[in-house]
Amino acid sequence: MSSNFGMMTTRREEAQGFLERLVSRGLGWARKNSLFTYPFATACCGMEYMSVAGSRYDIARFGAEFPRFSPRQADLLLVVGTINLKQAPILKRVYDQMCEPKWVIAFGVCASSGGFYDNYAVLQGIDRIIPVDVYVPGCPPRPEQVLDALILLQEKIASQGHKLVDRTPPAPEAIAAASAQNPQLVGGVK
Amino acid sequence: MPETKNDLANLQEDVLDAKLSTKSLSLNMGPSHPASHGTVRFHIELDGEIITKLDPEIGFLHRGFEKSCENSTWTQCLPYTDRLNYLSSMCNNFGFLTAVEKLAGIEIPERAKYIRTIGAELHRLCDHLTCVGAMAMELGGFTPFLWAIEARDILWDRVAELTGARVTTSYGRIGGVNRDLPEGWVQKVKDSLVRVAELRDDIDALLTHNRIFLERTRGTGKMSAEDAINYGFTGPMLRASGVDYDVRKAHPYWVYDRVDFEVPLGSEGDNYDRYYLRIAEMKESERIILQCFEQMEPGPILVDDWRYVLPPKNEVYSTIEGVIGHFKIVMEGVKIPAGTVYSYTESPNGELGWYLVSDGSGRPYKVHCRAPGIPLLGGLEHMVVGSLLPDLIPTFDLINMIGGEVEQ
Amino acid sequence: MSEAVVRRIADRFGDKILRAFSQHGDEAIVVAREDLVEIARFCHDDEEIDLKMPVTLTCVDYLGEKPRFELVYVLYSVKKKHRLQIRVRVPEEDPEAPSLTPIYRGLDYWERYVWDMYGIRFSGRLKPLKRLWMWEEFEGHPLRKDFPLRGRTGQIPELDIQDIYRGPGPGPKSRPASRAAEPRPSQLPIVK
Repeated sequence: MSSNFGMMTTRREEAQGFLERLVSRGLGWARKNSLFTYPFATACCGMEYMSVAGSRYDIARFGAEFPRFSPRQADLLLVVGTINLKQAPILKRVYDQMCEPKWVIAFGVCASSGGFYDNYAVLQGIDRIIPVDVYVPGCPPRPEQVLDALILLQEKIASQGHKLVDRTPPAPEAIAAASAQNPQLVGGVK
Repeated sequence: MPETKNDLANLQEDVLDAKLSTKSLSLNMGPSHPASHGTVRFHIELDGEIITKLDPEIGFLHRGFEKSCENSTWTQCLPYTDRLNYLSSMCNNFGFLTAVEKLAGIEIPERAKYIRTIGAELHRLCDHLTCVGAMAMELGGFTPFLWAIEARDILWDRVAELTGARVTTSYGRIGGVNRDLPEGWVQKVKDSLVRVAELRDDIDALLTHNRIFLERTRGTGKMSAEDAINYGFTGPMLRASGVDYDVRKAHPYWVYDRVDFEVPLGSEGDNYDRYYLRIAEMKESERIILQCFEQMEPGPILVDDWRYVLPPKNEVYSTIEGVIGHFKIVMEGVKIPAGTVYSYTESPNGELGWYLVSDGSGRPYKVHCRAPGIPLLGGLEHMVVGSLLPDLIPTFDLINMIGGEVEQ
Repeated sequence: MSEAVVRRIADRFGDKILRAFSQHGDEAIVVAREDLVEIARFCHDDEEIDLKMPVTLTCVDYLGEKPRFELVYVLYSVKKKHRLQIRVRVPEEDPEAPSLTPIYRGLDYWERYVWDMYGIRFSGRLKPLKRLWMWEEFEGHPLRKDFPLRGRTGQIPELDIQDIYRGPGPGPKSRPASRAAEPRPSQLPIVK
């Protein structure tokens, strides 16, 4: 399945030569099999995260063994549990501090869409503030579901284009928005 | 000017003994921190490594529990109560339902009481296992954590066979429980308890007489009995300080007056006592479950009153009273008579209180959960001020502050 | 279960107790807010009553009644194994109540909860009064009956939902996902 994705691209900027494709495949394989997770655990889904990281539903056999509790050292942000409006700026800040390439898994319905907490205090899904790659529904999801999500993410990573040196400059709106973002970060973080 | 050698030695001593001026350091142990269970932010002021002030800031998991409950029917509140203390959600469920039944004045059948006791004790085992395992992990021992998670997974398999879900079960209903015990479940639970006891004894053997563990937990986080009462502590934190208060013994409910169990008490009120108390309570929970299995009789599991309980499906499809009963409960909610009640059960963290106000309609007017973790967090500063910063870690872990109940 | 407690308090304080009743196994007394500290101190210090443990403090909002709020204190005695509820009515125009933290230190967080969720100030506290769950700049008191369930104060920039078929997430009008989210006013009502 992962090799077919490469066949379907037709856009000019995504066309790659033979050696570039080889490198991309190799980098994709390396990156997907050594994900450093940052479990941003808040609530009940954190208990299922402990089970996933435990010895029965082992996440270590997929290469994602060590949780790195620093965003600078992690590449997979696992948002586990409900994110409420006080926590949202903190999540955004943690996401901004991660280096490219980075991926996000929304673990549980509260992270995917707010869950059944449709009220004044809860962010209705983390994709309102950060982009998400894989959504895992469930309240809380069974560990097998989480491992399935990880496999889906690994297939996505393998099919993405990876470069050894990425020379595309960041978009100017991103820089302007990022610097204008700081006055907006209110809500408990002083 | 030092003339002799003696003077020179004295001068150097004075210089060496001179006190350097220090500044206190403000440290922020932020909301996203691996050692803070759930998301708590600590504003700590340190003098060297000694804590002079500690101020926990919470609110990063506030999910609007009370407001959501006011906008749902009584039965729809059940999943919200599950997610309060998500490690022992059956205890929350059954505590809430006990309060509602007290307000409505209905008495649940005997078998339902036994099943509720078994469910609550199974989840109490899960809660204590997670607390002890996570605390051991914070102190550097990863192995007890893995053993505890394995034991918890075994118990959760049994809970999933009984209720349908591992963590947040929503098992009880007003007037009893949702479904009866599956076939062969009793024997499976007995085998699982044997395995869980083995794992618990392994954890005990690894930690209880461990030199490093003793040095970190003996004498840290001390709390005297009078202070503990004044701060409103309940549960293992209070019993570790030597105060004998367990709601199951003081005001028995369900079948706790018919089973024989002991309440372990600590003597010094430090972290080591709290840890060992949880291990001892796990042994007592096992005894309770086995006695309940022996004493249980077959019978109904839901009260036979169609004002509170959904009628059985064959009645709903054939008789007009069944249809009306079903319709009224589902559309308008169970009508609980107007009034207020304060009801209390023993959750693994302490006294879980429920203050309910009903206005006679199918929706609650107010649902207040007295989370046992809130007074414990309030007393954290008193326990930790004056000791070293690393002493905060076992103290905070043994409080077992579950973010869901403290921030509702 | 604790009628003796209520009788002893009534003997001492007489008509300061506005009402005393028993409901579902719990005794409750209703007092005025001026007498609250005195009665609580008596409950704490008296040997026979010995109500030394503060269990909880909560507030009920009876919208439409005057006075609007009712504070409910629950106290417990570990030695005598009885508990008592003390209820105090607080009006909406003057939402102030005396604090019991000098007597019961465990009520500290509960008083912050009542301030945060209902807007009742407590005077005479050991520590300053700050919000417990919402952030400091939040406007409003969420558990009051006139605060809407889905109220927003517009302080956190969130993306709008544009596309009802694809559901939540960046809609066709929003930027692609790899750019930073553009802040816009939220589509839910802004509550002042």
